[in-house]
Amino acid sequence: MREIKRICVAGAGTIGSLFAGHLATVAESTVLVRRREHADDLNASGLKVSGKSQIQSRIIASTNPADLGDVGLVIIATKATAVEASAQALQGHFPNAIVMTVQNGLGCEDVVARYGDWPVLSAVTFMSGRRHSDTHVEYELDTATWLGPWAGSSATFAQAQAVESLLRRGGLKAQAFPDLLPAQWSKLIFNAVINTVAALSDLPHVKAFALENDPTDLGHLVRAAMAEGKRVAAACGVELYEDPWEMNLEATSHGQTGNEDYAHAPSMLEDVRARRATEVDWITGAIVRAAAQAGVPAPINETLYRLVKAREASWKLKHPT
Amino acid sequence: MKVCIIGCGAIGSLFAAHLGRLDDVEVWAYDPDQAHVNAINQNGLRLTGLSDIVVRIKASNDASAIPPCEFGIIAVKTMHTRAAMQATAAIFRDGAVCSVQNGIGNEEIIAEYVPRVILGTTFPAGHITAPGVVNHDTGGKTKMSPFPPKPASMEEVRLLADTLIRGGADIEAMEDARGALWTKVIFNSASNAMGALTRLPHGVACDQPGVRRVMRELVAEGKAVAQALGITLDSDPDALIDYGREKAYQHPPSMLSDVLNKRPTEVDALNGGIAAFGRQTGVPTPLNAAITDIIKGLEYSWREAEWRNLKP
Repeated sequence: MREIKRICVAGAGTIGSLFAGHLATVAESTVLVRRREHADDLNASGLKVSGKSQIQSRIIASTNPADLGDVGLVIIATKATAVEASAQALQGHFPNAIVMTVQNGLGCEDVVARYGDWPVLSAVTFMSGRRHSDTHVEYELDTATWLGPWAGSSATFAQAQAVESLLRRGGLKAQAFPDLLPAQWSKLIFNAVINTVAALSDLPHVKAFALENDPTDLGHLVRAAMAEGKRVAAACGVELYEDPWEMNLEATSHGQTGNEDYAHAPSMLEDVRARRATEVDWITGAIVRAAAQAGVPAPINETLYRLVKAREASWKLKHPT
Repeated sequence: MKVCIIGCGAIGSLFAAHLGRLDDVEVWAYDPDQAHVNAINQNGLRLTGLSDIVVRIKASNDASAIPPCEFGIIAVKTMHTRAAMQATAAIFRDGAVCSVQNGIGNEEIIAEYVPRVILGTTFPAGHITAPGVVNHDTGGKTKMSPFPPKPASMEEVRLLADTLIRGGADIEAMEDARGALWTKVIFNSASNAMGALTRLPHGVACDQPGVRRVMRELVAEGKAVAQALGITLDSDPDALIDYGREKAYQHPPSMLSDVLNKRPTEVDALNGGIAAFGRQTGVPTPLNAAITDIIKGLEYSWREAEWRNLKP
């Protein structure tokens, strides 16, 4: 297949900026953004990556995909709530591109496929960072992105490997899988629980999520809710790549950053704190829907899901509290 | 007769005021709040709102200053039950203590400290408006009964009830008030927890998609545990939730106020109590356990120094 010489990242939030900044070192990096000023700033100043990588990259940015030329790879890096709008904007553009989705949860690939017949790669990413400004992102957790061909499209494993290679050359950790579902579900179950529990308890992903000493320690809830997710995956015929509980132990052991004080604030916690719509429909909602379809009970995930939805609804209501 | 109110907050004050109207009852109030104690001793305890009354009672934040009493009425928040009983046990070495607190598990703790225990559940509400002043918000009945395995005698329960009734309170002495207690606890396990987690008043929370269903599921777990314990509820908590939605649409449950003010909640005695008795009786209570964990997690989030420094 053709070498990928030019890429487009749709959505330059934290994750999108990390992709765009790193890939600029090995390809022409373009960015599709929503705000005019954001595009202007990126065109004028480029994109700075600090933290785990030190990069000052040149970026071509626009609010219109027609300005960005012919790219071999599109990475849709918006939040799940904005994928529909991004895919709509991409419709009719980039006929030679592979499109990769990196959203949390399940279901974004289907949305993309409604707007074009691109080969679609599914991806989940574990890297994280902090966005300091439109033109500066800090690379905090240099953990991997997993990717694989989405079965609903014409994408091949070879295309996934090509993107894996590109990401690695750009300084990111990546792993291609012939079938991403086992890995995607591992992360889905993990996120469905960790994100909602963090959002509802106002706690970052601290060690307490893995504690099971007292009956009221959060670890009991996390383990029980993950066990539900695992039963749903099994009923859907998915063999998990990693045990979500082990992922929880790993993420709460300070191994990832070497910084004793570090506790990751899951995106849903940040959304709730900022009173923004969360991705719960794609994450815990995906577990709830799959459970209903498979006829497997998942009462704890359902409750976590409903509570976050009610929390979102509360911001739109006028009430004395 | 000497009676000591343990915890003279809103609820404790309502009981203290009823008893304070009687010439043949010497009322003491044990409360840790110095300003409240001083105000009561200087100006008497004053009720406003539904009641308009000032009574002369004696208050202290030093349990050793309080003489032995035949009865205690404990009205502290559930997380303070043990500390309050530890401090006041000597006052009741020959007495009986009646809980009028929220939740389940209080009587078990009280029984570790005093010879005889009265189980109680109460519905009136009030709030402190100034030191020594409590507004009586709503009326309601209090039901009480002997608490095995360390029961006060039925005569003793009736004596306390009759005394309170003479003071104007609405009291029912019963052989077994657990049904009333559990009905209220199950109602609260749904109303309080959902209010706290959605940050919405009771009725508004009920009307959010999915929330009423979670409430129903919490109630179903609580009912199953009550049934396993051989307790007959005196009304359907689900119907109370609907009734509350009609009558108190904008009422913020106390746990919601606690969460908004970052104060420890009574979740251990509500959802946590149901989950604990669920474990004891082998009845699954996954949602009450989950809700307890989330609220405890929320309380933990307010103690940032603690989780920041938690070592592996």
